[in-house]
Amino acid sequence: MKKLVQDFEVLHREELNDEHFTLEIRAYEPLPEIKPGQFVNVLVENSTQTFLRRPLSIHFVDYEKNSIKLYIKRIGEGTKKLGTLVSGDKLNLVFPLGNQYSIPSSSKTLLIGGGCGVAPLLYLAKHLKEAGNEVTTILGVRSAIDAVEMDAYKAYGRILVTTEDGSLGDKGYPTQHSILTNENFDYTFTCGPEPMMKAVARYAKEKNIPCEVSLENTMACGFGACLCCVTPTKTGNKCVCTEGPVFNINDLTW
Amino acid sequence: MVNLEVNLKGLSLKNPVMTASGTFGYGEEFDDFIDIDRLGGILVKGTTRHHREGNPYPRMAETPSGMLNAVGLQNKGVENFCNDIYPRIKHYNTNILVNVSGSTIEDYIETASMINELDRIPAIELNISCPNVKEGGMAFGTSCVSAASVVKAVRKVYNKHLMVKLSPNVTDISEIAKAVEAEGADSVSLINTLLGMAIDAESRRPLLSTITGGLSGPCVKPVALRMVWQVFRAINIPIIGLGGIMNAKDAIEFILAGASAIQIGTANFIDPQVTVKVVEGIKEYMIRHKVQNISDLVGALEIQ
Ligand SMILES: Cc1cc2nc3c(=O)[nH]c(=O)nc-3n(C[C@H](O)[C@H](O)[C@H](O)COP(=O)(O)OP(=O)(O)OC[C@H]3O[C@@H](n4cnc5c(N)ncnc54)[C@H](O)[C@@H]3O)c2cc1C
Ligand SMILES: Cc1cc2nc3c(=O)[nH]c(=O)nc-3n(C[C@H](O)[C@H](O)[C@H](O)COP(=O)(O)O)c2cc1C
Ligand code: FES
Repeated sequence: MKKLVQDFEVLHREELNDEHFTLEIRAYEPLPEIKPGQFVNVLVENSTQTFLRRPLSIHFVDYEKNSIKLYIKRIGEGTKKLGTLVSGDKLNLVFPLGNQYSIPSSSKTLLIGGGCGVAPLLYLAKHLKEAGNEVTTILGVRSAIDAVEMDAYKAYGRILVTTEDGSLGDKGYPTQHSILTNENFDYTFTCGPEPMMKAVARYAKEKNIPCEVSLENTMACGFGACLCCVTPTKTGNKCVCTEGPVFNINDLTW
Repeated sequence: MVNLEVNLKGLSLKNPVMTASGTFGYGEEFDDFIDIDRLGGILVKGTTRHHREGNPYPRMAETPSGMLNAVGLQNKGVENFCNDIYPRIKHYNTNILVNVSGSTIEDYIETASMINELDRIPAIELNISCPNVKEGGMAFGTSCVSAASVVKAVRKVYNKHLMVKLSPNVTDISEIAKAVEAEGADSVSLINTLLGMAIDAESRRPLLSTITGGLSGPCVKPVALRMVWQVFRAINIPIIGLGGIMNAKDAIEFILAGASAIQIGTANFIDPQVTVKVVEGIKEYMIRHKVQNISDLVGALEIQ
């Protein structure tokens, strides 16, 4: 799949809560095929503090509108700047980058996301459903007001929530959700903070089911040129930006 | 028509724009973005005698207008380069240079002599300036005696163009340049990264697994320019200038300071098409300033 450098036009920014927002951006040229789990690398202009591009997962793709949606958490200078963009602004992207989640068929799939790690799961849920899988998504958030975009997930299957303060759904972390003990799944996918992904990996190993995780190592280039983003694997260091971000846990040294 | 051709002591480039080692993979990573044949040359990843896993993650920290890296020469070794990578990239119609690194003089000699056998590699860049490996690396490039000894040894086994990459982490870079010139280097490239460090105040931890790393990007440009200027006045072999070049204007500045050609490194991460844009920008500058030959600009800094 050919990688591109292109300007996009911001269509819409939606504030989801204090921290998170989505940015819908439209390409001027027809979008290439984009796979679930892939990411873009965006240029944040006019700031000496944001020299490198910022990698962001592809949250959703709308081929009819020729647009990509990003789901972003404000954590520093770059993401805060992105959170000031308005309709009509331009954004330069290098994309589509990285590999993709596997898409099984006729399986019972479990998606577990936490924090801004939920970003790639919506587009994954869509692909899983279209391939005839049953999709259950668990979102782990701090509090009820962080449980955003629930209806979007509902379109592709069942959506469950855990909150750390117990204000919605099961109290605790997503790997403590009752469904994990009450039901069996054939496949798990996860993205989020590393401790959470490791907990999901432990669950999958216990149940002996495949588990794919998406890593968010810091990156300089995003397309395999610098070797800054490596993760150790059973077969040596691998680039998260080209050989990932999605890895089967059996390949990692976790 | 303007003439962008450069002759580096027998190594001819169609234009002065090359890529910096470690920032351009093996070229293939950029096939989607640019036509590599339009460049004066490409420098492939630092290559060592044996396979190296490199340093643990995290290997990168962003800094104001730049970045620190501590990749530590991850590569599969020179045999793998000759057998697997070279056949894949030799079709490029540009100069492919291998950046040769080592921990001992024997490593440098063995690696250089293996690369000497490859028809489509017209030159090597001897990396005696990598700050990210414990043994060897930069240690060779920080004293005149050891720099001279590596160059002397490699010169005996390598009979094509020998470029030597200098470290900025020295008191007087022109002394090192003179020492390698005296041992038969055909050109020098400068600068490699500046030794630096980054700390996360919140966690009180270093941001790199190796604590210190190599600084690159626009933040090092003034230092690099100054060093090119100093070395230009000290030696007679051609200089390849690099360090923070982001656009054609930066490239011209290096040429005016004394560089016959330039390399672009970190800028490739931000704009993977930057190299071909710089070629076009240099052309445009020459037309605007009525400069016929790029060589007329080399060291053409005007000082009253
Ligand atoms: C493949 C990939 C996909 C990603 N997808 C998303 C996404 O969909 N939505 C989203 O909101 N974020 C995502 N991220 C993370 C996002 O890239 C960073 O949050 C962003 O670069 C931070 O930039 P900033 O300028 O706001 O913060 P900075 O000022 O750069 O950083 C603020 C703090 O966060 C730390 N930090 C920054 N980036 C990372 C990182 N990757 N890992 C660990 N610590 C980090 C810094 O060290 C610093 O302490 C993704 C990262 C990767 C590698
Ligand atoms: C990620 C990274 C890896 C590098 N690897 C090498 C290397 O293997 N050998 C080498 O001689 N220089 C290496 N360098 C140094 C660059 O080639 C160059 O000298 C330096 O980055 C300054 O140029 P720039 O500011 O244009 O990047 C590396 C630089 C970076 C950023
Ligand atoms: S970020 Fe450069 S190789 Fe992955």
